[in-house]
Amino acid sequence: MENEKQLEQFEAKINADSKIEPKDWMPEDYRKHLIRQISQHAHSEVIGMQPEGNWITRAPSLRAKLILLAKIQDEGGHGLYLYSSCETLGISREELIEQLHNGKAKYSTIFNYPVLTWADVGAIGWLVDGAAIVNQISLQRTSYGPYSRAMVRICKEESFHQRQGYEIMGKLALGTPEQKEMAQDALNRLWWPTLMMFGPHDADSAHTGKAMKWKIKRETNDELRQRFIDKTVQQAEIIGLTMPDPELKWNAEKNKYDHGKIDWEEFKRVVNGDGPCNKKRMDNHLKAHDEGAWVREAATAYAAKQVKEQVVA
Amino acid sequence: MSNVKDSQWPLWEVFVQASPGIPHKHVGSVHAPDKQMALQNSRDLYTRRSEGISIWVVPAEAIVASNPEDSGMFFEPSNDKVYRHPTFYVMPEGSKNI
Ligand SMILES: [Fe+2]
Ligand SMILES: [Fe+2]
Repeated sequence: MENEKQLEQFEAKINADSKIEPKDWMPEDYRKHLIRQISQHAHSEVIGMQPEGNWITRAPSLRAKLILLAKIQDEGGHGLYLYSSCETLGISREELIEQLHNGKAKYSTIFNYPVLTWADVGAIGWLVDGAAIVNQISLQRTSYGPYSRAMVRICKEESFHQRQGYEIMGKLALGTPEQKEMAQDALNRLWWPTLMMFGPHDADSAHTGKAMKWKIKRETNDELRQRFIDKTVQQAEIIGLTMPDPELKWNAEKNKYDHGKIDWEEFKRVVNGDGPCNKKRMDNHLKAHDEGAWVREAATAYAAKQVKEQVVA
Repeated sequence: MSNVKDSQWPLWEVFVQASPGIPHKHVGSVHAPDKQMALQNSRDLYTRRSEGISIWVVPAEAIVASNPEDSGMFFEPSNDKVYRHPTFYVMPEGSKNI
């Protein structure tokens, strides 16, 4: 059978660690999984601009404001790299946005938490971008070529994001008692939601099996989460902050940190729309999309006019 | 529903030359209504950290690509022409710098 032979060739390529490119034959499930994962990733980058965007006008210095603007612009860029790579799978940009708007596509739950203080902006860079980096470094080796290339670009840009956030946290944590308290409070609120970014435990993750087999993902949710924890604990210690997990302990035997239980009920609630800011984020996106309609129309009309003039001349 | 309103605009493939003397390399794509905006969007998207000194944008639909399913046959003619490689030739014993 034609399909079986194609599947065999496809799997041989995967096994040889070769990349799959847009025009190559691929199983429908592989395509579907990629569209779901890449579009969720793209939407997360774009929705993720909102919580930080709220702080542009309130940044405590011109330096901080410029940095924040540059970071948020990068995130918009990450969204665009990812939408483009998703479109190579045969889905249009309009469909992708539509799926975000009608709730068929998800984005990372972390962006449904409010950003209450300037320390939260620091914690987002340090923790949320830190977690994203761990995930994205691993995804540079994904089997789908366009996704892999987008990850390489993104990883190059991410490290400033994490460092600027950690710098903010460090300054606050080593500042006045009130500032330190603010930093600790941000860590307390954002630590657990950050751990949830890696998704459910491997045993409970519906999509992990095939994603690993086809090398869409190269490491499991739990492996990546563990790596992030192991990297981050020392960074908190250095600036004198306490991890909000009394069960967090170094396990010399396993050479890694043990940690407390993640509240998956909270995770489910937020995924299903009941987080503190879900509605606000989506309303904002819809509003920006609608309010930008005239710009898209005008640019299209201008392009059409140019073509017409070219023909006449 | 009007299509104009939600148009994603045509797709352009973007090629960036990183420094003088080296070839332009494909870096990704952008949507834009016309070539001028395709160029400006590409600059904003792909060269925020001095990654380039020159950009080409090409309408994606203008690119003609070979088909991976035919690639065996398509590239086959070069497979049996080993004499195109310098290693094919036997140089006289002891000869140097060749
Ligand atoms: Fe990002
Ligand atoms: Fe980032």
